[in-house]
Amino acid sequence: MSKIHIPTPLRQYVGKQASVDVAGSTVGEAMNALVSQHPELRKHLYTEDGKLRAFVNLYLNDEDIRYLEKEATALKDGDNISIVPSIAGGC
Amino acid sequence: MATTTELPVTLNKDEILRYSRHLIMPEVGMEGQQKLKAARVLCIGTGGLGSPMALYLAAAGVGTLGLVDFDVVDYTNLQRQIIHFTSDVGRKKLDSAADKLKAINPYLNLRTFDTRLSSANALELFREFDIIADGTDNFPTRYLVNDACVLTGKPNVYGSIFRFEGQASVFATEEGPCYRCLYPEPPPPGLVPSCAEGGVLGILPGLVGIMQATEVIKLILGVGEPLIGRLLLIDALGMKFRELKLRKNPDCPVCGTHPTVTKLIDYNEFCGIRGEEKPVSNGVPEIQVEDLKRRLDAKEDLFVLDVREPHEYQICNIGGYLIPLNDLPKRVNELDSSREIVVHCKMGGRSAKAVAFLQQAGFQKVHNLAGGITAWADRVDPKVPKY
Repeated sequence: MSKIHIPTPLRQYVGKQASVDVAGSTVGEAMNALVSQHPELRKHLYTEDGKLRAFVNLYLNDEDIRYLEKEATALKDGDNISIVPSIAGGC
Repeated sequence: MATTTELPVTLNKDEILRYSRHLIMPEVGMEGQQKLKAARVLCIGTGGLGSPMALYLAAAGVGTLGLVDFDVVDYTNLQRQIIHFTSDVGRKKLDSAADKLKAINPYLNLRTFDTRLSSANALELFREFDIIADGTDNFPTRYLVNDACVLTGKPNVYGSIFRFEGQASVFATEEGPCYRCLYPEPPPPGLVPSCAEGGVLGILPGLVGIMQATEVIKLILGVGEPLIGRLLLIDALGMKFRELKLRKNPDCPVCGTHPTVTKLIDYNEFCGIRGEEKPVSNGVPEIQVEDLKRRLDAKEDLFVLDVREPHEYQICNIGGYLIPLNDLPKRVNELDSSREIVVHCKMGGRSAKAVAFLQQAGFQKVHNLAGGITAWADRVDPKVPKY
């Protein structure tokens, strides 16, 4: 099982949890499990043709998956996936 | 890092005493303090992040500090923008900030820019400074700051906050990534609320702003490990700090090997915003607060629906039926579509979305209360508190 860390703006779509445990052998499978369990989350993370939105980045442990194998990146038990959306507040 | 002011700067006896706690550390010393004095740092924004940044940079002996802010101190700023006091409400933020910064350090060469940073002025402005500290609060300006930093070759010390989480990094150095390497595109307008809409823990910009000030000082002194290529994620509630690796994207349109953005663009357009960033009603039928009052007083059969959150209802309400916006799809069957419904929220944005949703669900007699409960407090019943 891997843990997916949910950023604050999206926690309202996963019953306010800060992280969700999911099964999956790749990042893509784990994310799919997440949005299947919490369908309202899907449109905030993915476009209609199933691509990850450009203002959202996924990290496996501390590496950006764009520089690994993207959604085909393999997962080990206990891995941490972070969803990191852009935030702009500064005021 | 080298500053472009290569003139030798000296410290007089008074300054040596003032900065003694820096001077006695080998990591700073006379040489380091002179570098601080020779440095020119531009703070964009003197609000949440800008307040602690400017205060500490002035205290540390940064020689020239530029401040860019066109705004006026508002009462709701005082909960976190600690450079501004109660007596400053209504004053220009630049004037309020200037008073405190000069009081902390009279040696400071303060340059103020009473303007909105834009594609027309950013490049020229940035060229006069060595480091840019981004304390802004909206996506278009963040992309503008980033692009202008890359184009002028100035590091962008970045911090951002939301509710009780923050991010910090240093972008736009030659070897490191820029903001667009991390986020090539902004989120659609309205997805990530501003501090006014989402709230923010008062201490949070203090925590993140100090991290930015720390990074500025490290860059000037050339010590420690700066947050270049590193994204620090701050969770104030858990007091947890995580770090993610950032890479420079060779295909980045601004800082990559074949850049396609070689001049500043229209950032509002880039972020999908037309006109003001305030929520637009987009043709949703509206009712003014005076009309609502008149019709309620005449005992007309109106159903008032409040789509704010329960904690907001506790602050103030006008007796509306509460269904928070996000719960509306699940609870729409609690509403009677044969009745005339007036929907309100705090300022009119969320309620406009609710009206649009209800219209799509087949409700034909729905109106958005323009300006929300805030307009009601302003124009109908001043006893209703504003928040």
